[in-house]
Amino acid sequence: MITLKVNGKQHKIDVDPDMPLLWAIRDLLNLTGTKYGCGMALCGACTVHLDGKPTRSCVLPVSQAEGKTVTTIEGISADGEHPVQKAWQSIKVPQCGYCQAGQIMSAVALLNDNKNPSEDEIKDAMSGNLCRCGTYQRITVAIKNAANEMTE
Amino acid sequence: MNYFEQINQSEHQSLLQEIEDSTRALNVSRRSFLKTLGISSGLVLAVKIPVSNASPMKWAVGAKKDGEFSPSAYLRISPDNTVTVICHRSEMGQGIRTSIPMLIADELGASWESIKVEQALADQKYGSQNTDGSRSIRRFFSPLREAAATARWLLLEAASQQLKVPADQLECKDTFVMKKSGDKKIAFGDLIEAASNLELPPKEKLTFVTDSQSKYVNKSSSVELVDGHGFVTGTALFGADVQLPDMLVAVIARPPVLASKVKSFDEKAAKKVSGVVSVIKMDDLSLPAAFKPLGGVAVLAKNTWAAMEGRKKLNIEWELSEHKSHSSAKQKEALKESAKNADKVLRNFGDADKAIKDAKYTHTSEYYVPALIHAPMEPPMATAHWKDGVMNIWASTQAPQGAQQTVAQLTGVKPENIKVHVTLLGGGFGRKSKADFVAEAAILSQKSNKPVKVFWTREDEIQQGYYHAESYQILHAAWDKQKILAWKHQVSEPPIGSTFAKDTKHIAGEANLGLLDMPYDIPNVICANGAAEAHHRIGWLRSVTNINHAFASCSFIDEIAHKLKQDPKDYLIKAIGKDRHIDLTKQQADYGNYGEDIQLYPIDTSRIKAVIEKVAENSKWGSKRPKNRYLGIAAHRSFVAYVASVVEVEKTSEGKIKLTNVWLVSDSGTIVNLDRVKSQMEGAVVFGISLAFFGKVTFNEGAVQQSNFHDYEIARIKDIPPTHVDVMINDHPPSGVGEPGVPPIAPAICNAIFAATGKRIRELPLNEQNILA
Repeated sequence: MITLKVNGKQHKIDVDPDMPLLWAIRDLLNLTGTKYGCGMALCGACTVHLDGKPTRSCVLPVSQAEGKTVTTIEGISADGEHPVQKAWQSIKVPQCGYCQAGQIMSAVALLNDNKNPSEDEIKDAMSGNLCRCGTYQRITVAIKNAANEMTE
Repeated sequence: MNYFEQINQSEHQSLLQEIEDSTRALNVSRRSFLKTLGISSGLVLAVKIPVSNASPMKWAVGAKKDGEFSPSAYLRISPDNTVTVICHRSEMGQGIRTSIPMLIADELGASWESIKVEQALADQKYGSQNTDGSRSIRRFFSPLREAAATARWLLLEAASQQLKVPADQLECKDTFVMKKSGDKKIAFGDLIEAASNLELPPKEKLTFVTDSQSKYVNKSSSVELVDGHGFVTGTALFGADVQLPDMLVAVIARPPVLASKVKSFDEKAAKKVSGVVSVIKMDDLSLPAAFKPLGGVAVLAKNTWAAMEGRKKLNIEWELSEHKSHSSAKQKEALKESAKNADKVLRNFGDADKAIKDAKYTHTSEYYVPALIHAPMEPPMATAHWKDGVMNIWASTQAPQGAQQTVAQLTGVKPENIKVHVTLLGGGFGRKSKADFVAEAAILSQKSNKPVKVFWTREDEIQQGYYHAESYQILHAAWDKQKILAWKHQVSEPPIGSTFAKDTKHIAGEANLGLLDMPYDIPNVICANGAAEAHHRIGWLRSVTNINHAFASCSFIDEIAHKLKQDPKDYLIKAIGKDRHIDLTKQQADYGNYGEDIQLYPIDTSRIKAVIEKVAENSKWGSKRPKNRYLGIAAHRSFVAYVASVVEVEKTSEGKIKLTNVWLVSDSGTIVNLDRVKSQMEGAVVFGISLAFFGKVTFNEGAVQQSNFHDYEIARIKDIPPTHVDVMINDHPPSGVGEPGVPPIAPAICNAIFAATGKRIRELPLNEQNILA
């Protein structure tokens, strides 16, 4: 049995301790907002926050998340009111939408760390998140807009 | 003729010649099309939807059903004044679930708030649902407007009777019929009974809203994305996200080499993995592959991880097929030889061979583009549940009707008992119009009597795909002073047809995609194709063979410009020549024109030149640039749309380059959702950069050598320079949007590299050319 704290809620799950956190979240807790993209920490679609730090859940054994705080996209704001979510909606960042939960998780973590990131800092922080539709330019703009909103 | 031969015929034809769902305007001139856009004119396009038995415009008598008014397959109105729009096309990032409702809301006079979107099941009544070939708006703009305009006409008539006011004094606005004077109004939802009993108006009576009346269509950022909230909160449902009670997740070990057979495997070891429930051998694949599953062994488990772990234990021994000796290096040499001796003439005008032989100046170049794979962020995903004689399917499919047909054939279940629910697609790019993954889920659900989700890992997606074919091209030109006298384009590339009929060695519809429609005004032209053998499944990927054909022809015209010491942009305009509609029938070319009537959608040189002039203006072509910055330009017509791009690069002190700006101008004719057109073009730039920088799938001993994003890279945020998209606004008929932005990007990049460094890139990808900073 492993105890997981996800989005403020405790879950006891009977699981292979080596199972990556991603599959525990998706298949066992039924929180499907966190996505699979590569299984090798190459694409960022599975990004969650582990004690506030952006983490690739597809390569992190679930046992290593025990005793820590996990936040998924569902825990950011269910009604979409987080400034990053609002910025994303406002300039219509998503195309297919699949990678966007991971993008938003990376962006929220960046802005929690750095209230006013430069363009280079944004690109550094987001360089682990792939988007095949090619929404990168709007992601950069949305992060700047969210930063402005958050510091106002 | 068996089913897969039919698939060969119909799918291959449809996807390359695009006639399968040719909802095309018949016998209508462009002029009359413009009249219909000009609003109050009574002229309406005649629309034919041959793929369907019941066309979307076939109205039910007494269109009231379950208390709702359903005047068309595409929309219904409820007593609570909700307008439900049925989206019959798949959403994969192009925004169609927002664009179709925009079009209907405007035409109906409904407020955005009253609109609800429902995703259609696979059903012939909608016409083609094959979301492929940049066709959703192109083919359904007119049928959807007519559906909404007819509903509006019925609502106005019904209100006229109830309010005792002549219909011409009424208007539909904000989901009400109201008197233009403003003193009376009645909700759509209160007109259901009356409207349902009216006779349908003849088409001549239909009128359409004007651009100035429209609130949503062609207005920038007018409404939120229908799925936007779901995307940012993680609640949007993709194929991967389907969970059913008691569901098993299947991961399949497919043969590393096409059409190989399973000799033996260790079922026990796989079953020892905690969570694994069963192991099922799939039928071995017999060629042609078509949309059949690839074979192999499936591991079914209670969760995804267990299924993947179980698969690792299978220890399969394969009986490899003859394709085991295939390698990309060998294939490249074969394609080169075949291109040199290209024997199938596809366009022939004048005498290019003689002109080249006689000319004072000639030039020859050879281009190679490797095989490519789609890599949508969500790999193919499908869930099936076989129960009580009904097969329910939830899949991220671009082609629900095709999936339904494929599953019917492979499982013996009648199509009417197969319900295909279309989830959101985490990207498609052509991969998800092939139904192999959907069929796998249906077969496994039948065999296991459980709901089954078939999960493709990234490795599966990259190594078991339908590949954009590797291609070898040879171009020859001859000129005298400034005028090109001859153009000869020889191509060899494994054809898509080989996926559907295994002995196919020559291209067919691929030739329509940027090869035989070369637009330069040249008196002697020959385009020819040499045979090529396929050793893996060949498919179509965003913009298809326009990718490699445009790379070669847009690079080669730039080569000639430089040879002649001409400005590449000015020379491009000059080479295209005077304003005209190119008539390829006079050049012995059988041109498909993306399934469109050539009268309505001509190859219009004035529009190619217009996007070139506009992109030159936007990029300040010809003005002095910052130090070490250089430009390249390319323009291409595809999917009956016109796109030009200018790429700016910076040369480093080491002589390497990095991208600093991209400009793109598109002309897709009539626009519905301006913001989504722009976002598709922005995305096309990124897709083009990905394939130019990194795109390469190689085979050795018959198997794909790449496996994940470390060795099949796609562009990251740092690779993308500022991108400036401009969309031409005009009233030409609606044209493609999703694909036409891709083809000019790679040649524009390479033309800029030449301008900066003098190095001519004729082989992609660039990360192997020692040129990227």
